[in-house]
Amino acid sequence: MIRLSVPFRQAVSRLTFPVMLVLSFVIVLIGRADQGMSGALRTGLDDVLAPVYGVFAGPIAAAESGTGAIGHLFSLSAENARLRAENAKLLQWQAVAMALEAQNNALKATLNYTPPAAPAFSTGDVVADLGGVYDRSVLVDLPPGGSSVPLMGAVAMDGRGVAGRVVEAGSRSARVLLITDINSRIPVALGARGAPALMAGTNGPTPALLYWAPGQPPAEGAMVLTSAVGGAFPPGLPVGVVHYDAQNQPVVLPLADLDSLRLLRLFSYPDNLPVLTPIPHTKAKPAAIVHHRKK
Amino acid sequence: MRRQGLWRRLDAAARYAVPFGTLVAGLVVLGLNFGLPGQAQLRPVYAMACVFFWSLYRPSALPAPAVMAGGVLLDLLGFSPVGLWALLLLLLHGLVLALRRRLVQRGFLFTWPVFSGFAAGAFVLAWGAQSLLGQGVLPLRPVLTQTGFAVLLYPALAALFIRMHRGPAAAELA
Repeated sequence: MIRLSVPFRQAVSRLTFPVMLVLSFVIVLIGRADQGMSGALRTGLDDVLAPVYGVFAGPIAAAESGTGAIGHLFSLSAENARLRAENAKLLQWQAVAMALEAQNNALKATLNYTPPAAPAFSTGDVVADLGGVYDRSVLVDLPPGGSSVPLMGAVAMDGRGVAGRVVEAGSRSARVLLITDINSRIPVALGARGAPALMAGTNGPTPALLYWAPGQPPAEGAMVLTSAVGGAFPPGLPVGVVHYDAQNQPVVLPLADLDSLRLLRLFSYPDNLPVLTPIPHTKAKPAAIVHHRKK
Repeated sequence: MRRQGLWRRLDAAARYAVPFGTLVAGLVVLGLNFGLPGQAQLRPVYAMACVFFWSLYRPSALPAPAVMAGGVLLDLLGFSPVGLWALLLLLLHGLVLALRRRLVQRGFLFTWPVFSGFAAGAFVLAWGAQSLLGQGVLPLRPVLTQTGFAVLLYPALAALFIRMHRGPAAAELA
């Protein structure tokens, strides 16, 4: 240990606090000037933390889904009956879906429709519920080696609908900004006609609908799909359903189960979208990435 | 200087590291995917309670650089501007150190409202700073819920910290 003289040590201990205060202030200013820095720091931290969180994600999921085999035994027969009824209903819907698919294919054939290329996707566990007071985001743990496609800007979907978008991606982890985040703005198409509107996150459970055509208010229960306007999203991904809240404002009830996300698929859509894209689909231009997040 | 055994020095070092350890570990654990409502809002509350308590009762074990490191970690885990919570936690740390002589003699029923006041102030400052650094005015409701969390959770956190203060963190027992 280095021996220091007593007055010098006193001076150092007295100076530490102001120096740290000034340093923090400088960090705020640097972070404001160069937003790539905070993104890089965050990605580095996420890459370190994601495997650690991944270790705990399994036990937590196990504890959440009940007490295992013994707990399930008691509800076995009731569950069986419910599943049989549901299966019968789903088989009917399967017949309907197959008929519609055949009809759809026939119509597409008459129109000489070219289907879009299938997007590459990678699947990851949601291991941590990060985000701050004014942010809704989750951390996704990706398998080591990762995906071959760049993940920045990828669309994150759970089993039912769009959950958010990747705003920061490292080699082992990705942060997904949820559609409920106050910074999230997603162009959507409403109903069968695809009337344009903007879905804006409010930090609450139901994002608001803005800028719909004045003469045509969104109909209660209308399907909300992503729209290709602006080129940020591919068209036609399911987002939610229109609902009128207590203040009689149209909001979107998301299809994705945003409160308990466990698995997310990250779809990287091909890079042939228009140049208006707020988040580039390649990682080459980090300056444009932060543009999406209001800072 | 008195020669100390290796184990004894290790013990002392471990005790010295308890306050900063609780701060970092708590922040990381609160990120786990428990699915609690308002979980993300708990992280600043926890960090503030940690810094307040340890600055008050064991200031030597939570020096300013440690407070700053905790604040930066909090900023990186969340999406707040990097350095903002470092600044706020340092301000809290400095305020507590300045008022320490008066606070440390009083009981819990005095420090609880004081902490609640400091927490409310810090949340308002964080709200103002984030509104300034971002675009436009952010909603005020999270400030209220966070202050509520701070008021309600401080007794439980303080009970936990007092145990640590007397047990694992007690450097004089090493």
